[in-house]
Amino acid sequence: MRSSRKDGLLTRRQFVAAGALGSAAIAAGCHRGQRNAWLFLTEEQARTLQAICDQIIPADEFPSAAQAGVLSYIDGQLMRHYRRHRDAYRSGLEAAQTLSRRRFGQELAALTPAQQFDLVSALELQEGHFFALVRNHTMEGYYGSPRHGGNRDAVSWRMLGLGEPPVLGRAQYDLRKGAS
Amino acid sequence: MKRVNAVVVGAGAAGGIVAKELAVAGLSVVLLERGPWYTAYDCRKDDLRNQRTTVLGNAFGPEDEGNPRVWVDGAGQPHIALPSEGSYQNNAACVGGGTLSYGAQAWRYLPQDFRMRSTYGAPPGSSLEDWPISYDDLEPFYEKAEYEIGISGDYSGTPFHGPRKRPLPMPPLPPNREFGILEPAAKRLGLHPFHIPMARNSVPYNGRGPCMRCRWCCGFACEVDAKNGSQNTVIPIALSSGNCELRTGCMVKEILTDERGRARGVAYFDGDGHLQEQLADLVVVSACAIESARLLLNSKSRLFPDGLGNRYDQVGRNLQGHNYTGAVGYFDFETYDDVGPGASIAICDYNHGTAGLSGGGMLANEFIRLPIHMVDRLPSDTPRWGLGHKQAMREWHKRSIVIIGPTQQIPTSDGRVTVDPAVRDKWGLPVARFSGNVHPHTFEIGEVQARRAEAWLKEAGAIHTSLMAGKSEVVSAGQHQAGTCRMGADPRTSVVNRDCRLHDVDNVFVIDSSVHVTNGGFNPALTIMAIAYYASASLVRNWKGTGFRS
Repeated sequence: MRSSRKDGLLTRRQFVAAGALGSAAIAAGCHRGQRNAWLFLTEEQARTLQAICDQIIPADEFPSAAQAGVLSYIDGQLMRHYRRHRDAYRSGLEAAQTLSRRRFGQELAALTPAQQFDLVSALELQEGHFFALVRNHTMEGYYGSPRHGGNRDAVSWRMLGLGEPPVLGRAQYDLRKGAS
Repeated sequence: MKRVNAVVVGAGAAGGIVAKELAVAGLSVVLLERGPWYTAYDCRKDDLRNQRTTVLGNAFGPEDEGNPRVWVDGAGQPHIALPSEGSYQNNAACVGGGTLSYGAQAWRYLPQDFRMRSTYGAPPGSSLEDWPISYDDLEPFYEKAEYEIGISGDYSGTPFHGPRKRPLPMPPLPPNREFGILEPAAKRLGLHPFHIPMARNSVPYNGRGPCMRCRWCCGFACEVDAKNGSQNTVIPIALSSGNCELRTGCMVKEILTDERGRARGVAYFDGDGHLQEQLADLVVVSACAIESARLLLNSKSRLFPDGLGNRYDQVGRNLQGHNYTGAVGYFDFETYDDVGPGASIAICDYNHGTAGLSGGGMLANEFIRLPIHMVDRLPSDTPRWGLGHKQAMREWHKRSIVIIGPTQQIPTSDGRVTVDPAVRDKWGLPVARFSGNVHPHTFEIGEVQARRAEAWLKEAGAIHTSLMAGKSEVVSAGQHQAGTCRMGADPRTSVVNRDCRLHDVDNVFVIDSSVHVTNGGFNPALTIMAIAYYASASLVRNWKGTGFRS
């Protein structure tokens, strides 16, 4: 685990170096006078991804995927363990946008919730591999431990009626006597 | 480097025991392990990065970088597998091996499990065979493993077990809620439910405290050290004998042989990547079924051009694991109490004796239920995503029970490990390559077992059920990997003799699940341990008699 943390740092350094060389993206960001909040995603990619994730886990009386921090989870892991999925995200998000513009004449994030549902359903059929990735990563970010950047305030665990941390044994363990 | 009596490759379930037995008997031993020795600091409970749910990597090795394997699909196409992917068939890479993070079910195989061919005949296309040793040969060593490693449980509820001289050393943990729901249902069905034997302290034992009953157990290391593996039992004894040196971070490259065809030691890469030689009177390979076969196949020389022990092309064949099948039951009341280790109740009524089936397996309730596991375990009519999925998570997470079990796998000689001609790992060594698939009768048994699990759940009050029974097009191995260096009397159809000694080289032993002729309908850890004690005993006997020194 120690070495994986090291991997993350190295990648981060490489990322910064790469950004300094090819600074077009950074310049574009500055142009709009705002800093990109994401490590890997562009603002546009993040908007598109958010729309997809929020169809996979929509809001009801409990938060949606994006409200629970799923984008932070996915964006963070694309800098770490999911580096190998970067191309799939780049091309998949672009395909989603193309589909949205062709079908509704505007970007995915601007559609109504009903239109977004239709579009994400179409995406599942047309871009099966990409959709399965996003679906699984969304579930991981929403239902996984908050330590990974998603499941903000352990909201999904509380939705399921679990305590946080969800380890009953630890709370009732008395090292001198063992479990009660 | 100083020559020693024995070099043992792999500090897992078997290697730890062999090192301890030899060291305590007075042999000088070097124990080599490719992974690190994890401490309590490393034993964090990470639901997405452990040894069972590996979407963010393996917690206890190997790392995804630099450790590929290759699997060949049904059409003959090779694919790269990363260690955190299922197709890698991973176990672990650390001191303790799989026993650091296993669920710790500690089963004795049944007497029939050692006589599968005599009991059933070999299904066409299979390599089903009898072991050259019997349950009775292993019984004293099962007992030794139960007492030295430390097993809790209670067999008194079931008639389906081999003869035993002593009860388990520790009582079972108190029943959890699932036990309370499933036990009366099983009895109503005429079955014989009982407490699963576990390598887990239920009371203080071996100087360590009991289980704290957290449910983050299978796939995780135990933060209170109540789960018993080789890393906290036999390996510390081996080291304290003064006769054993453990070297971690050491990847063995090959077994070295002399001009007369005897082993003279091993070559390995140390933690800094430097190639070292450790000379020894005898070499014990305990790297688990896939890596043990790979090491033998990578040990090529003039006398052994196809690898050590591979004169008849038997090394790597008969690769087997378990076909896990079962069912999920959904209830209209809460079944969840978050009391670990989760798995608590089992039946062995279906391991043998079903007309038309060559075997069966144990069925038990499942270990952990973290939210991430529930995502793909919802009723079959649940949408894969959207509001319906989210609502189903809320509805069923605390109202479901999984019953599942390892179906005895029917081995084939085509399901095998070879070494890949092109792909190398970070040390430049040819990697393991899997080809072949699982014998189809295995899936027929699995399907019947899944229906039996479903019937048990329905009797317990499940209002819906869904079956967990799939078919795979590729080999099955994983954490229960076995069979690649089959034990037998005939060198043309097996790799080692009944003492785990290579037919080809009289001072090289394979002692781990590789030697399993068949893999039982149980988690194999205790059998691996019993074989390690059994083979060590014969090794020590021979050492004291004729000796191995040339």
